[in-house]
Amino acid sequence: MTILLDPTSERSPTSRERLGRPDRLEGLTVGLLDISKPRGDVFLDRLDERLTERGITVKRYMKPTVAKPAPLPLTQQIGAEVNVVIEGLAD
Amino acid sequence: MSKVPSIEPNLPADGLIAIVKRDCPTCVLTAPVLAELARLGGLTVYTQDDPTFPESVAAPIDDTALDVSHRLGIEIVPTLIRRQDGKDVARTYGWDRAEWERISGFQGIGADLPAFRPGCGAKNVEPDVLEQLKIRFGETGLTSRHIQLGEGEDEFEAMFERGWSDGLPMVPPTQERVMRMLQGTIRDPQEVVGLAPPNLIPLTVEKVAINAVMAGCKPEYLPVVLAAVEAALDPAFTMHGVLATTMFVGPVLVVNGPIRNQIRMNARGNALGQGNRANATIGRALQLIIRNVGGGRPQEVDRATLGNPGKYTYCFAEDEEGSSWDPLSVERGIPRGVSAVTVFAGFGLQGVVDQKSRDPESLSRSMAESLKAIHNVKIAPSCDAMLVVCPEHERTFRNAGWSKQRLYEELYKLCEVPGEKLVTGALGITEGRPLSDANKTFNKFRPEGLMIVRAGGGAGMFSGIIGGWSSGGAAGSLPVTREVKS
Repeated sequence: MTILLDPTSERSPTSRERLGRPDRLEGLTVGLLDISKPRGDVFLDRLDERLTERGITVKRYMKPTVAKPAPLPLTQQIGAEVNVVIEGLAD
Repeated sequence: MSKVPSIEPNLPADGLIAIVKRDCPTCVLTAPVLAELARLGGLTVYTQDDPTFPESVAAPIDDTALDVSHRLGIEIVPTLIRRQDGKDVARTYGWDRAEWERISGFQGIGADLPAFRPGCGAKNVEPDVLEQLKIRFGETGLTSRHIQLGEGEDEFEAMFERGWSDGLPMVPPTQERVMRMLQGTIRDPQEVVGLAPPNLIPLTVEKVAINAVMAGCKPEYLPVVLAAVEAALDPAFTMHGVLATTMFVGPVLVVNGPIRNQIRMNARGNALGQGNRANATIGRALQLIIRNVGGGRPQEVDRATLGNPGKYTYCFAEDEEGSSWDPLSVERGIPRGVSAVTVFAGFGLQGVVDQKSRDPESLSRSMAESLKAIHNVKIAPSCDAMLVVCPEHERTFRNAGWSKQRLYEELYKLCEVPGEKLVTGALGITEGRPLSDANKTFNKFRPEGLMIVRAGGGAGMFSGIIGGWSSGGAAGSLPVTREVKS
């Protein structure tokens, strides 16, 4: 009977349900996360305009570099300050 | 799983014990002494290989399963042990009349024999046997989950089905093989080497060893794999980003120092190609660790658009012996003569073919023009790059007295590109810088963004460029060098 040693981390990642999409953005705070890719700001600036026109509160955030995951304090800050976050790839 | 022998062997509480094997000339030599001691009383003989040996003793005990030998920690036969109140109080190895007299308490034994003969290695510590015994006695020190394959289940297919493979067959990581692999290092199997991205899993030496077995490594490669893993897990290298990017890159490993020759790595003909076990399996082990422990898989966190064949394995040695230049590791702060691994986020190989240049000015221009084409001639700054200079090209620099530093400086100067060549629309290509950059100058590389190593066969004026990631540098991935430790 062959026994092999498990080469994996032996953990199964928890899959968490995403929060349900809100029916409407009015009354919510929307975070816009720039991941520091070129021209990401072009897209997010326009979203900012459109949301602000509708009277929605917008907060802007930026990752220090596209190459690395967002630092924990940043994700915590975003989590604490907004109801919805939008981030976009760019180039 | 076989059962762990649960009880202490039924050893005599008092008296003498001898462990012998027929295959040992010293044991054969001492057979008459064993008979003498048995006659005088209180001797129990355990025999490791042939239950009839020694014939001179009435009833030698069969220890061909080696349980008693293992429990007693026998390393040499013959071993003579005195027991008292259930404990060992004295032991000696080989034949040494004075010691045997002291331990047995009988003077004048083996009077016809020479005074001293060294013993032989005990059967229970032979390489494959010791591992089997440790497994049977539950002493492996390994903590990874056991995966028991079904009766008749093909072990190679089983590994594929569990998603452990990079696409090629692998060596099944049995306990025996992993234990043998771990003999390649003095580090504790449970020591944590770092956090394996993308899932940031504490990576133990044991998990490194398991994946190194699967990759096909020999135990003596393990220190190099460990150094490579430590380098790749250094936050400066940004393994997470290197994995997750849509670009082509993966970790490229360059090995320097004496370990290259000790494990017979290839730095010469076809150094970046197939055919050398150490080159091939060390690079593969790192990739398997990221896949299996870190959880980084293609089309999941690995978002590469094309990837590159080097993501199976990309590892080679620098040819230091033939070089007039400092090895890469020395340049990067490792003392000369110390083995080290450098990891670089790179992809593929772009050839620099120049069979005509015989002076360093021409050849460096040739190299610079090729370097400027990485990613796109229209993009600068672009990425870090590694230039692998072949021996015939290095000779041209050597003959002209160009140090590696000189070549770095000349290449950097030659990689300055006027903005007018880079702006959008130039060369009829939309890719490029904004028109407002037309009057500026840009370098293809950041300072320090180029690395030069020497490798390859003696014939052929064919150097190579390993391109990098557009996120090279401190905000993205920096090359990292780590010393190889045992």
